[in-house]
Amino acid sequence: MFNALRAAIDEEMERDPTVFVLGEDVGHYGGSYKVTKDLYKKYGELRLLDTPIAENSFTGMAIGAAMTGLRPIVEGMNMGFLLLAFNQIANNAGMLRYTSGGNFKIPIVIRGPGGVGRQLGAEHSQRLEAYFQAVPGLKIVACSTPYNAKGLLKSAIRDPNPVLFFEHVLLYNLKEDLPEEEYLLPLNKAEIVRSGEDVTILTYSRMRHHVLQAVKTLEKEGYDPEVIDLISLKPLDFETIGASIRKTHRVLIVEECMKTGGIGAELSASIMERYFDELDAPVIRLSSQDIPTPYNGTLENLTIVQPPQIVAAVQKLVQGQV
Amino acid sequence: MVQERSLPSLSIPQTTITREQGLMLYEDMVLGRIFEDKCAEMYYRGRMFGFVHLYTGQEAVSTGVIKAMRPDDYVCSTYRDHVHALSAGVPAREVMAELFGKATGCSKGRGGSMHLFSAKHHLLGGFAFVAEGIPVATGAAFQTMYRRQVMGDAKADQVTACFFGDGASNNGQFFECLNMAALWKLPILFVVENNKWAIGMAHERASSETEIYKKAKVFGMVGEEVDGMDVLAVRTVAEAAIARARAGEGPTLIEALTYRFRGHSLADPDELRSKEEKEFWLKRDPIKKLGAYLVEQELATNEDLRAIEQKVQAIVDDAVAFAEESPEPKPEELYDYIFAEE
Repeated sequence: MFNALRAAIDEEMERDPTVFVLGEDVGHYGGSYKVTKDLYKKYGELRLLDTPIAENSFTGMAIGAAMTGLRPIVEGMNMGFLLLAFNQIANNAGMLRYTSGGNFKIPIVIRGPGGVGRQLGAEHSQRLEAYFQAVPGLKIVACSTPYNAKGLLKSAIRDPNPVLFFEHVLLYNLKEDLPEEEYLLPLNKAEIVRSGEDVTILTYSRMRHHVLQAVKTLEKEGYDPEVIDLISLKPLDFETIGASIRKTHRVLIVEECMKTGGIGAELSASIMERYFDELDAPVIRLSSQDIPTPYNGTLENLTIVQPPQIVAAVQKLVQGQV
Repeated sequence: MVQERSLPSLSIPQTTITREQGLMLYEDMVLGRIFEDKCAEMYYRGRMFGFVHLYTGQEAVSTGVIKAMRPDDYVCSTYRDHVHALSAGVPAREVMAELFGKATGCSKGRGGSMHLFSAKHHLLGGFAFVAEGIPVATGAAFQTMYRRQVMGDAKADQVTACFFGDGASNNGQFFECLNMAALWKLPILFVVENNKWAIGMAHERASSETEIYKKAKVFGMVGEEVDGMDVLAVRTVAEAAIARARAGEGPTLIEALTYRFRGHSLADPDELRSKEEKEFWLKRDPIKKLGAYLVEQELATNEDLRAIEQKVQAIVDDAVAFAEESPEPKPEELYDYIFAEE
């Protein structure tokens, strides 16, 4: 997947000279996850700008550059580090266009690895999408496969608005053959990963893969779940979500962010408001535990949702046991 | 009373300004002053709301820097932004209408006093959190350098002036951006308006090194101290810094020693600053200083100055009438401007 992301950036930089990347170790080092590997050799050090470790300031600098006509891509070496840039992302990327009465556009992509990795400890295992979803003016996207990563990132770079683009630290090595020809994917559309009749499973990022593992078991047991990868975490694609609920009447949300104030919390509340009469059972959320992610591998696995929990939740939902 | 820092003096050769320039500077400062006096009146009469921070006393800094720049240069301000906006060319009507919350305001009534913006006048804001404008201004300067060096645009020689106060000079964004601006030789002026007080926090109680301009040196940057009550001194320092920036020689940190004649905001009881201190600075009113200089140098007569004041009064009265008559933003447009369509 890192190659797909790299190809997206390369193609967009080739196409548009105002596109540039900045962040920690994005130039000479090529990015911690190789997403910008060797691009500085092709585009120079100013377009693959290695910054000092000053997240709030280089993010603000990118916003100023975007306001004046460039299209910066900010790499958070780890998305968690961008907590240090929260002010610039919330006040200026998110709100400034509105506050300025439309005076300025802020075409900026803020991307990097999020999610729980393998024993990286609490600070490197954060899911900022939940923290940022309340900020008005931001689009939030989570990619999950090499194919969608490339198409979505290209669209994010061309979007005239700030896009927070979440990659997952454990998905960079996914492999997939990509189309030769150029393609773009819409930022605001969920992806129906598997059509089914029994239950709607809403998920995103790495949990899509946990869900698909669970689906293998469920299929053998005769269940027919519909799996939807949200892709757009803000705004949520209720057209796709609603159509699925009207078909299955049952919803399971599987997410990696914490349960309290998470993406699933927002999703669950919105589904209740919009589709209450369609539901045959309460909306179920499987989320990470509300704790700092522990270092110990066993405890870490207990913190995030595992495929057997998904299987059990679907069985209960479909059998009417909830 | 704290011992006042000795003010740097700069002898201005008389030939440095013409009559036209002198009158232009005078008019801009008077516009700032009369506009703000009117703001105070309108605030107390319930025409404007929220927090309103006036700039009265500091006009020489805005005028001295911005009027030495070109219209296509960039200006970045703080929450005390009305006068920077006026100096940058945003019409008084649009600023006043914004303060009234009207649809005709420069931010369409969405921003208010602390969030003035004008893309047309290259005014980047209007930033209400202390120091958060500094990275944005640094980004505008980066953009200019990028266009020139990466995109080969020879016309990209705009300079950015980034204004902030002594309080902001203790924030990380100040140090981080000084570092980056020096590192990449960005065309930017960091203009610290040291008015001695961050609301109720005296500068010497907040800063281990109170002479802010000295902080430039550790970044290998030029640091200048200037009498912020003397518009010609500010202009002279600004002109040199702008020339350096335009020539690709990098940023300058300018510390203008100044004073706000009013409280932090119109809601501030202003109880901590001593009477002696206020009197010391009131005697150094930058508008009176320039007026006296122009008359003394026979660049203008007292009648010329009165005529300017009358002209500006008419502009400000017109701005108020415009703001009063302007429509409120439409309720159905509540969601406009969240996202750009392209």
